[in-house]
Amino acid sequence: MAVFETRWQPARPAGGWREWVEKIPIGYWAVGIILLIMPAGASDFVLFQIFGWTFILGMIALSLMLLGGYGGMVSLAQMSVAGVAGYMVAILGDSAITDISQGWPWFVAIPLALVIAVLFATVTGWLAVRTEGIYTIMITLAIAAAFFYFCRQNYTVFNGFSGFNGVLPPKLFGVDWRGPKAFYYLTLFWAAVSYFAVVYLSRAPFGLALQGVRDNPRRMAALGYDVTAHRVAAYAFAAIPAGIGGILLTWQSAQISPGTVGIGPAIDVLVIAVIGGMRRPVGAFIGAFIYVLFKTFALDVLVALGLSGERFQLLIGLGFLLIVFFSPDGLLGLWDRWQTSLRRDPLTGGERGAP
Amino acid sequence: MSDVASVSTRLAATGTANALELRGVSKMFGALAALSDVAITVHPGERRAVLGSNGAGKTTLFNCITGDFPPTSGSIRFFGEDITAFPPHERIRRGLRRTYQISLLFTGLSVLDNVYLACRGVSRGRFSFIRPRRSDALMASAENLVEIVHLHDVRDSTVSELSYGQQRQLEIAMALAGAPRFILFDEPAAGLSPTERRELVDILTGLPSHMGYIIIEHDMDVALRVAESVTMMHNGRIFKEGKPAEIEDDPEVQALYLGVNDG
Repeated sequence: MAVFETRWQPARPAGGWREWVEKIPIGYWAVGIILLIMPAGASDFVLFQIFGWTFILGMIALSLMLLGGYGGMVSLAQMSVAGVAGYMVAILGDSAITDISQGWPWFVAIPLALVIAVLFATVTGWLAVRTEGIYTIMITLAIAAAFFYFCRQNYTVFNGFSGFNGVLPPKLFGVDWRGPKAFYYLTLFWAAVSYFAVVYLSRAPFGLALQGVRDNPRRMAALGYDVTAHRVAAYAFAAIPAGIGGILLTWQSAQISPGTVGIGPAIDVLVIAVIGGMRRPVGAFIGAFIYVLFKTFALDVLVALGLSGERFQLLIGLGFLLIVFFSPDGLLGLWDRWQTSLRRDPLTGGERGAP
Repeated sequence: MSDVASVSTRLAATGTANALELRGVSKMFGALAALSDVAITVHPGERRAVLGSNGAGKTTLFNCITGDFPPTSGSIRFFGEDITAFPPHERIRRGLRRTYQISLLFTGLSVLDNVYLACRGVSRGRFSFIRPRRSDALMASAENLVEIVHLHDVRDSTVSELSYGQQRQLEIAMALAGAPRFILFDEPAAGLSPTERRELVDILTGLPSHMGYIIIEHDMDVALRVAESVTMMHNGRIFKEGKPAEIEDDPEVQALYLGVNDG
């Protein structure tokens, strides 16, 4: 025990929060400050369309990163979970379809929408966790497809093909939250909350156990863990960032319709997560940023080159192929490899001292 | 044989539950009988070695006891409770532990995280969303276990960086997490150096006396030093049971096992 005590290093030494703040890498400060002061210079289009959308898709991809990266379960139903939350906000709250929308106040409609999204994800997870690998993908894809067709054909609750328009955020604190700057900060706030929650969770018992289940489910059972319950709980938890993303997505375009939750968008979430890399939570947002840039500007670039504008999906597909081909861990994987090669001594090939 | 029998009648008379009691346990893989009609009784605190050639059914026996692969027929009692139909995690939570022949570790996590997961698995808060502090009681017991198996110097290393012998030691630390009542060691000495073997024997003989175990071991030197009774298995059946000395001297056993292996 003597050895034990001399090596003992408390997690937070006497300095308290100041030392804790100093431990945060400089990169985090730089990104944080840039994101916070961005509205001072950036145009409304960049704030609302590029970054707002990036943060939203990032949150939905983050929920997939949590399941896939930490839990080893690739789910194609995360867009559906987001869609459930988005639809519920429209159905329970206000929209232009007054026959269906209940018009309940936001503080009832939003939490209830999230609860329903969590329930939906729990059922999805409960069906999917009994399978592995490709079969998980198939089941969740089937659920996504079923939800899409159900929304399109059900007119009494989901208003069928046309869905809901005029779904607006509440005018809380007298702010128009769909104004570009306000919406930017709103999405930035929730993206940051989701991101740090997932980062924090990854080292909490639940997150550690989830990674254990990913690496070795049999061993986890032999350590006393209920593997199935852990996997289902991961689906339920992942529904929260996806659900928040879904509500914000509905507010951004002021509408939700079956097209929002179709097979295409469901697969796009996977594409985003893979482009960014599923190893760390930040990959979801990097992937979303690149996807949004492609989706917004590829059309203009193609037209400028004299090609047909509809081919932008082809560009995304090619980019996806290249990334998967050269780095299965996405851009994060490329970045990690570049960092390792920087540390490598060019003469000996060994690692230099810690940077 | 006679000693085992007398202990068993004595305990039956006092009504104390056996640590482990297998009755008529069989395991079929298709048409292949990996275990047929196995009956084993182990008393609390007893240390038993299971010997047998490859394919004798030793690891299958462990898999049936822990529920990794439940038996096809028969019943298993753990301290008097029928656990035959329990899922693995329920058996573990009742104080049963095992190590694996081929290390099943979380290679992407650190040594301390592996042991911490093992400690957390048999206590409350498995679903906790709150990060453990270094002062956390479970974190302290994880540190303690890392110390017991001499892995303190590498506690923050990723498991994939450990040597084979260190991984085997980590296996043992994870089996000791919580308050085990009975442990199944699946060839813990396989692939260890002579020094590491001596350390292993020290760890096993140093376990608290109430902590019984079954150890599968090919190395007779290790097996006979850490066990007080021996079960010989052959072709999925119990072949002989007795004290180590009796088994060693038994001509049938020598013909079947020792003779073959020692050449």
